[in-house]
Amino acid sequence: MDDLLNVSNISISFTQYVQGLNQHVLKVISDLSLSVKEGEVVAILGSSGSGKSLLAHAILGILPENGNCEGDIVFKGEVLSQERKEQLRGKEICLIPQSVNFLDPLMKVGEQAIGDVPKEEREEAFKKQRDVFSKYGLSEEVDDLYPFELSGGMARKVLLSTALLSNPELVVADEPTPGLDSQSVKETIKDIKQMAQDGKGVLLITHEIDVALKTADRIAIFYSGYVIEINKTENFNDVNNLLHPYTKSLIEALPRNGFKLTEGVQPLDDVDGCPYFENCPIRDDFCKNNIPSLIEHDGVMIRCHKYNGEVE
Amino acid sequence: MYLNANNISFAYKKNKPILKNISISIPDNKVIGLMGDSGSGKSTLCKVITGYIENYTGTVTLDREVINNKGYHPAQLIFQHPEKTMNPKWKMHKVLEESWNPPQELMDTFGLKDNWLGRWPNELSGGELQRFSILRALNPNTKFIIADEISTMLDAVTQVQIWDALLDYCKHNKIGILAVSHDKELLDVIADDIILFDDINKL
Repeated sequence: MDDLLNVSNISISFTQYVQGLNQHVLKVISDLSLSVKEGEVVAILGSSGSGKSLLAHAILGILPENGNCEGDIVFKGEVLSQERKEQLRGKEICLIPQSVNFLDPLMKVGEQAIGDVPKEEREEAFKKQRDVFSKYGLSEEVDDLYPFELSGGMARKVLLSTALLSNPELVVADEPTPGLDSQSVKETIKDIKQMAQDGKGVLLITHEIDVALKTADRIAIFYSGYVIEINKTENFNDVNNLLHPYTKSLIEALPRNGFKLTEGVQPLDDVDGCPYFENCPIRDDFCKNNIPSLIEHDGVMIRCHKYNGEVE
Repeated sequence: MYLNANNISFAYKKNKPILKNISISIPDNKVIGLMGDSGSGKSTLCKVITGYIENYTGTVTLDREVINNKGYHPAQLIFQHPEKTMNPKWKMHKVLEESWNPPQELMDTFGLKDNWLGRWPNELSGGELQRFSILRALNPNTKFIIADEISTMLDAVTQVQIWDALLDYCKHNKIGILAVSHDKELLDVIADDIILFDDINKL
């Protein structure tokens, strides 16, 4: 099957002013490659601040002005330019954004869900919007509420149903579940699976491992702007099937797997070598000054010198 | 010492009541978990207990004494979104100093790096900011911590680090914790008792 979305060697950086006119380039995502097929759910799992959301913003072409994105984003075999992204977004590619702050605070949610449509189509658009909203348990009163009147869970449902209104082919879901109770999380999981069954590609960005495990076909682990491992979901049920030490500690830190403490935080500044060097239990002097590249090892993509033969 | 909320009722203007006759008691040597659906009013209750909302009925007491809402509140609230609780025009050292100057070893337990102190809030990630907002709340005058979904937005590794440090500090300093979350697995690990919000909210 062809890839619906193919992201190859993307790097995202920001130009910042430090003092006066001195500029500083801050690299947030480095050398990222990833693909999503039709009917497939790919989850991106990573620590907070590792740059997951920026990938979503790069695909949609909504990076802030001082952000630079290098590398190719290919959608259905076509390299996307900024103009093309603007044409596609909201139609074939949709974003379920991370927070209620993405809603217009001065517009009722029903109005902003249908967006700007000609007068004669408004009624039909409202009807469609009502259908989707009720599917997600949003009653008619909700249409007339302003975003600040919504609870966290309701806001999330509004964002989800708004994204699905235009029946997109690729859905980029940026943290669709935090702040939801378990019932709503289950519904969201069901919805994501349903989207995949309908043949849509879903790129799910999350830090909730459970959601990723229940929905995704493949899971990519993000650390400090690098994808360090892309593994099949079933391998995550057994720590021994995982390759990267950070992936292992992530799974072992789950409450049900022992709540195991791993020290260390990810580096804030660019490092010369492996991003996990400082906290890695199996590190070697070689890792300090050499960035490993993402290679395939037994069908798993892994970024670690232990597996590319550089280090014993 | 106990932190008690007695018969708390509250409604946002004109709307139907969201809290009704809620009573809850938190001992200073325990972690009480509070579970409930989104939109059920858990956060509102937290705000009432910590003095952010004033026009409620009922009382919030420390043992038997009603808490004076002027001056330092003995129960400190830690929010879900740390970035919304910090002045974006203050560097991190000033954010922290507004409350107190924690000793270096406490900074180390919470994994705060010295060079973070010179950064602006927007230059740190959610996990890093949450470490600051927890440490800020651990002022020596704090007797209780109300943790409103403090680790929902964090990855599993950071979640363990933060709870490990917080539980350890509170145990040694006799600080009681009300941990609000809808993650049952998390509460099973960290809490001594779990209360279901719907059981105490008599709507």
